[in-house]
Amino acid sequence: MFAPVYLDHNATTPLDPLVREAMLPWLGARFGNASSRHEYGRAARKAIDEARSRVAAAVNAHPTEVIFTSGGSEANNLFIKGAAAMMKPGLVALSAIEHPCVREPARQLMRSGWCCEEIAVDGSGRIDPQAFDRVLADKPRIVSVMLANNETGVIQDVEVLAGAIRKRGGWMHCDAVQALGKIPVDFRALGVHGLTLSAHKIHGPLGVGALIVDKRVELAPLVAGGGQERSLRSGTENVMAIVGFATACDVAVTMRNERSAHLAVLRDALERGLTALGARLFSAEAPRLPNTSFFAIPGVDGDTLVGRLDRAGFAVASGSACSSADPEPSHTLLSMGVDPELARAAVRVSLGAGNTRQDVDGFLAALGESLASLRTMTAVAV
Amino acid sequence: MLKFPIYLDYSATTPVDPRVAEKMIPYLTELFGNPASRSHSYGWTAEKAVEEAREEVAALVNADAKEIIWTSGATESNNLAIKGAAHFYSGKGKHIITLKTEHKAVLDTVRELERQGFEATYLDVQENGLLDLEVLKAAIRPDTVVVSVMFVNNEVGVIQPIAEIGELCREKGIIFHVDAAQATGKVAIDLATLKVDLMSFSAHKTYGPKGIGALYVRRKPRVRLEAQMHGGGHERGLRSGTLATHQIVGMGEAFRLARLEMAEENARVLALRDRLLAGLTTIEETFVNGDLANRVPHNLNISFAYVEGESLIMAIKDIAVSSGSACTSASLEPSYVLRALGRNDELAHSSIRFTIGRFTTVEEVDYTIDLLRRKIGKLRELSPLWDMFKEGIDLDTVQWAAH
Repeated sequence: MFAPVYLDHNATTPLDPLVREAMLPWLGARFGNASSRHEYGRAARKAIDEARSRVAAAVNAHPTEVIFTSGGSEANNLFIKGAAAMMKPGLVALSAIEHPCVREPARQLMRSGWCCEEIAVDGSGRIDPQAFDRVLADKPRIVSVMLANNETGVIQDVEVLAGAIRKRGGWMHCDAVQALGKIPVDFRALGVHGLTLSAHKIHGPLGVGALIVDKRVELAPLVAGGGQERSLRSGTENVMAIVGFATACDVAVTMRNERSAHLAVLRDALERGLTALGARLFSAEAPRLPNTSFFAIPGVDGDTLVGRLDRAGFAVASGSACSSADPEPSHTLLSMGVDPELARAAVRVSLGAGNTRQDVDGFLAALGESLASLRTMTAVAV
Repeated sequence: MLKFPIYLDYSATTPVDPRVAEKMIPYLTELFGNPASRSHSYGWTAEKAVEEAREEVAALVNADAKEIIWTSGATESNNLAIKGAAHFYSGKGKHIITLKTEHKAVLDTVRELERQGFEATYLDVQENGLLDLEVLKAAIRPDTVVVSVMFVNNEVGVIQPIAEIGELCREKGIIFHVDAAQATGKVAIDLATLKVDLMSFSAHKTYGPKGIGALYVRRKPRVRLEAQMHGGGHERGLRSGTLATHQIVGMGEAFRLARLEMAEENARVLALRDRLLAGLTTIEETFVNGDLANRVPHNLNISFAYVEGESLIMAIKDIAVSSGSACTSASLEPSYVLRALGRNDELAHSSIRFTIGRFTTVEEVDYTIDLLRRKIGKLRELSPLWDMFKEGIDLDTVQWAAH
C-alpha cells in the first residue's frame, strides 16, 4: 500500500506500538466491566487505578485529580460548563485563539447569564499583556488559555497568567492537549485549576482524554449516570483506551527531551527550506512547540497547495482538523491580525517522532515542484 | 476444559468478538487518521470507515445512517437524548416521565433535570417488571415533553411494550426516548415501524468495544436536540470531539454480526438459558424475577430464599455473575429494580443475575447448576431461618427480639 508521508501530527498521531501492545489484552481476554465485583471486573478496576496514577505522574498531579473523559473536547467542556454550573454567572475569559472546544462551551454560558470576553493576542500569537490586564480588571470567574496552540504551536506563559488569575480568585483552566509530550507540562508548577489532556495527540488511542482538576474546584458533571469517575463522568470506563493513554503518557514523558530535540532539528531544516521557497512563517519569533510550522506562500491558496502535496505523497493540513471543513481562513491567524488573503494561503506542517530528514527534504522538494507547476498554470491562465 | 471463573455476566459487558477485534486492529495501526482531516488520505480513509460503520449501526435497527450520532457510550447517549430534548422542547412544557426501573444513566439524568426546574414522574412497573400502559396514560400531562422507557431491563431482562408506548407518545406529540443498550442483538428493532424518536445504543453490550455508543435521532418527523458537548461541530453539531475511528469500526462490525447472526444465536442462548432455568428451579424456594415470556433470551434473574446474599456471592466465586446491576453492585443497597418489582429486601439481596452469551457452553451451564445446588444446600444447612421454614414456621409472623 502506498503510504503518504504523514506530517499532520497536530491533528492526530499514529499509535505507538508499545501503546498498542499494552492495549490489546483489554481488547481480548481482559474484557470485564470495572464496576463488576468479580475477577473480570476487579482486574479492570485495578488497571484503571494504575493508569490513573501514571497519567497523574506524567503531569505532576495526584491520581485523585485525574478524571478520564472521552477526549480533550469533553474535558474542556467539563471544566468550563462544570465549573460555571457551580457558580453565580459572571465573566468567562479566554484567549482569542482557543480551540473551538473551549470557545463554544464558553459561548454556551452566555445563554445562562454569563459574559464572555476574549483576550487578544499580538502579531506573533502570544497573549497581549495589556489585553490580559484589562480582562483581569473585570474579575473573570473562569479563564481558559491554552498552553500551546494547535495551528501555530505558540506557547503561552500560562504559569504567569495563572498566578495573576489566582490572586483575583478566579479559576484558571488550560488546554494542554498540544503541549503534552513536546514541552514539560507540570500541573503544580503551572498553578492552574484545570488541565486538559488528550491521548491521541501523544501516540495514544483516539477516544480518551483527561481533565486534571484541583480538588478545590467544584464541578457539576456533564454526563450523569452510574457514578464513575467520582460521579464527575458516568459511563462504563473504556479500559483499553485508558490503559493505552497511560502508556502513551509514560513514553511521552520518558522520550520528551530526545524527541523534542529531534523535532527541533527537523523543524529548523524545514523552515530554512520554506524560507528559501518564499514562505512567510507565522509566529517564528514566538516561543513555539518544536514540531509545528505554520506558513503561507503569498498568492497560493492553502487548500489548493495542500491538495497538490497530498497527491505528491505528503499529508499536511491547511487549518486545524476539526474546522478544516470550514472554508473560513484560520481564526488564529485572523486574531493575530494576519491579512485574510494571506491567511487563506496558510499551510500547517506538524512533525512527529517518526519523521526523518528524508521526509523533510522530500516534502520541500514536493513543495517546490507544486509551486512551480501552480505558477506555470497561473502564467498560462493569465 | 472449563475456564474459571465462568463468565455469566454478559449484561454487564461482553467480550469483544475476535472478528470485531480483527476489524479494529488496522485502525490501531496504519489507518490512524483523524476522520475530520480533510486534506489527506489518512483522514479520508478514516472518514470512510466511520461512515461504513454508521450504515451498519443503522442497518441493525432499520434506520437511515443520517439518523445515527456517535457518542462515547449509552450513558452519554441517554444524557444527550433526555437533556437535549428536554431543553430544546422546554418551551412546550417541563414534565418528563420515566420508569422506576430505568438504568441510572436515565434516572440520574432526569434527576438533574428536576434540579433545573423540570418535573418528573417515575412510574411503577407491575410485579413482572412490565409497564402497564394505563399507568403511563394516566401520568401523561399537557406539559409532558419527554417519555423515556428502556427497551430491555438490564437486571431482569424484561422487554417493555415499546411499540404501544410509541403510538401513545406520537399521538400526544411527546418525544419518546428508548434506552436500547441491552436490546441490540437480543430483540428485533425496526425503527421504520416503531414510533420512537430517540434511541440509545452501546457497543460493549453487543460484543463491541467499550467507550463507543450511538444515539438514533429521528429525521421524519424531525426531532431536535440541544447539543451537550460543544466544539468543532462534529456529528452535525450534536456531539463535538474527534471521532475514535477504531472504536466506531468495532461498533459497526459488532452490529453487523448481530444483524446477521442474532436469530441463530438467540435460539442457542435461549436453549442454554432454559437449561439453566430448569436446573436452578429444581432448588426449593427459588423465584424468578421478571416476566419470563416478555424477556430477552439470555437473562435469568433468580432469588434464592433463606440464603444470605453476600454469603452466596462468596460461595459461588467460580462463576462471574451480578447480584444487582453492575453499576450499582459496589453498594450493599438492595437492587432498586427488584424492589420496584415488589421483592422484599431479603429476596432482593439473595438474587443473582445470570446472563448468558455468545461464548457460553453447555458445560458451563451444567457446572453452574451443580455449583448453585451444592452451595445453596450448604448455606441453608447453616441457616436457622431455613430450619424454621422447614419446621413450617411462617417467618413473617415471627417477632424478632431487638439486640
